[in-house]
Amino acid sequence: MAGYTLKRILLLFPTLFGVVTVTFFLMYVIPGDPALALAGERYDQQTLDNIRKELGLDQPVIVQYFKYLGRLARFDLGRSFTTGRAVSDSIRERFPKTVILALSAMLLAVTGGVLAGILGAWGRFPWLGRPLMGLSLVGVSIPVFWLGLILIYIFSIKLSLLPPSGYGGGSVRYLILPAVTLSFASMATIARVTRSGFLEAGNEDFVRTARAKGLGESAIVGKHLFRNALIPVVTIVGTDFGSYLSGAVLTESIFGWPGLGRYVVQAVLKRDFPVIQGSVLFMAVIFVLVNLVVDISYGFIDPRVRLKEKD
Amino acid sequence: MDGWRRFIRDFSRNRMAAGGLVFLILIVLAAAFAGLIFPDGADEIDLDNALRSPSAVHPFGTDPFGRDLLARVIYGARISLGVGFLARTISLLLGLFFGTVAGYFGGRTDSIIMRLADITFAFPALLLLIAVMAVVSPGMISLFTVLGAIGWASMARLVRSRVISVKEYEYVEAARAAGAGHLKLAGKYILPQCVSPVIVVYTLGLGMIVMAEASLSFLGLGVQPPLPSWGRMISNGIVFMRSAPWLTLFPGLVLTATICSFNLVGDGIRDALDPGSKRIAARTGKEGMIRGRLQQGL
Repeated sequence: MAGYTLKRILLLFPTLFGVVTVTFFLMYVIPGDPALALAGERYDQQTLDNIRKELGLDQPVIVQYFKYLGRLARFDLGRSFTTGRAVSDSIRERFPKTVILALSAMLLAVTGGVLAGILGAWGRFPWLGRPLMGLSLVGVSIPVFWLGLILIYIFSIKLSLLPPSGYGGGSVRYLILPAVTLSFASMATIARVTRSGFLEAGNEDFVRTARAKGLGESAIVGKHLFRNALIPVVTIVGTDFGSYLSGAVLTESIFGWPGLGRYVVQAVLKRDFPVIQGSVLFMAVIFVLVNLVVDISYGFIDPRVRLKEKD
Repeated sequence: MDGWRRFIRDFSRNRMAAGGLVFLILIVLAAAFAGLIFPDGADEIDLDNALRSPSAVHPFGTDPFGRDLLARVIYGARISLGVGFLARTISLLLGLFFGTVAGYFGGRTDSIIMRLADITFAFPALLLLIAVMAVVSPGMISLFTVLGAIGWASMARLVRSRVISVKEYEYVEAARAAGAGHLKLAGKYILPQCVSPVIVVYTLGLGMIVMAEASLSFLGLGVQPPLPSWGRMISNGIVFMRSAPWLTLFPGLVLTATICSFNLVGDGIRDALDPGSKRIAARTGKEGMIRGRLQQGL
């Protein structure tokens, strides 16, 4: 297990290095001159040269690249073109709000999805299976931004039950619609996988063994079925984390949620490149770290994984 | 030929998948013959008929410029489906090439290509798309190129793992012993074995590309006006949600139905090609994994 964990952690470095390099060069190839964008409408050659010098744009690419790495080491992500604020400050302020949204959505997705999956697999309510699976099919296909708008139409415009947008100083009422919107696709996938997991695990040898040795049905479900059917759910929570971040970009824009996703979209519309670069890099690093944790915990839950890695 | 007939039989027995295919055929036909159905095109402005609710003349209603929304949705299908197929084909070609090279040669070539794939996967896909689209000049060509380029990694991983297992088969060994070169071995003996999983992932990915394209257009980073695109239609409808909800409703419905159909057809093809795959996928959680990746637009 230690070897497996170590291997995973070592593999992290080339990936992170690649991510940093990609984000640097992505913004380096921007058409047009960032100094021009900063200087505004009225400028003279002197101001322009000063800005270039300040940003280090007068130096060769490779020097700029290493300076960029040096700044990253000090968590300096540059300043916004439009507000002049340090990008890292804005991220520090906004990221917790994205985390609140993503975690609530994840919680909803796991509880709702597992519950729906079990109900769908359970022989007690055979009529529930089809509609639930139909709903989960729609769930993975429905675009998150459209779902959000439909929910706003129903619950804010028609029923006037919940606020259509805003943060509301952290009030739960403002969190409900965005969290449901963001959770839906993941909930649908989890429901599907939980259901097939339960149906499949019922035929596994170890369940037959447990039955044969006279274990009660509840013990079988609780001890053996549950654990095995939930392994795929862990995978999904992990792999879906990226879609939470991506989905948060759209969800936050629709619901006016002041998180990192909305920050990126606003920056894109204003072509505020340091902000785009900094936040994309930040989110990618978070994503990579979360995937690492998921991979490692996956090895803990399912011994087959780390055995396979050894081959 | 017998396998092909069995495939058709198994696929058409899956009523959901068949239904999805019928919907897709209808929408492709409508998009192809849009010029016949709506000879006036999708851009004809008629301010006297602005914001009309759905009626027999305008089944989907009209937008603030009095343009027929059904016409715009159908012309929009050209963009969505066109971008989808082009982007997937780019991913397919890139994935086939890099996946085969990585799996066939192994060693250092393989690890370099797979590290590159890891780096591509390290970005939440939509975020990377947004960043790239913010840098390149927006438009149809950059849209499908970027969507296609970002999707290379999942296709390459799939092809690679298939190539690795197929190249150990005895008949491949035999062909190698008989003196077949790299190109012949890969092209004639190994790649044909990759066709079925590739078709499945290609189709499932189509739905997700259509979704990604709509998301980008929704944010204003996709095709530019006056070209009709579903995502942009939805975002333009937001201001009129109270008075004219059909502006957001109908394009979104068609969009969701299209994505849903691609998913159904993809699942149907997989089950018909390999009846055992569904069970294995469920047991290992692979289904969730593939879907998780795809959901991010890959």
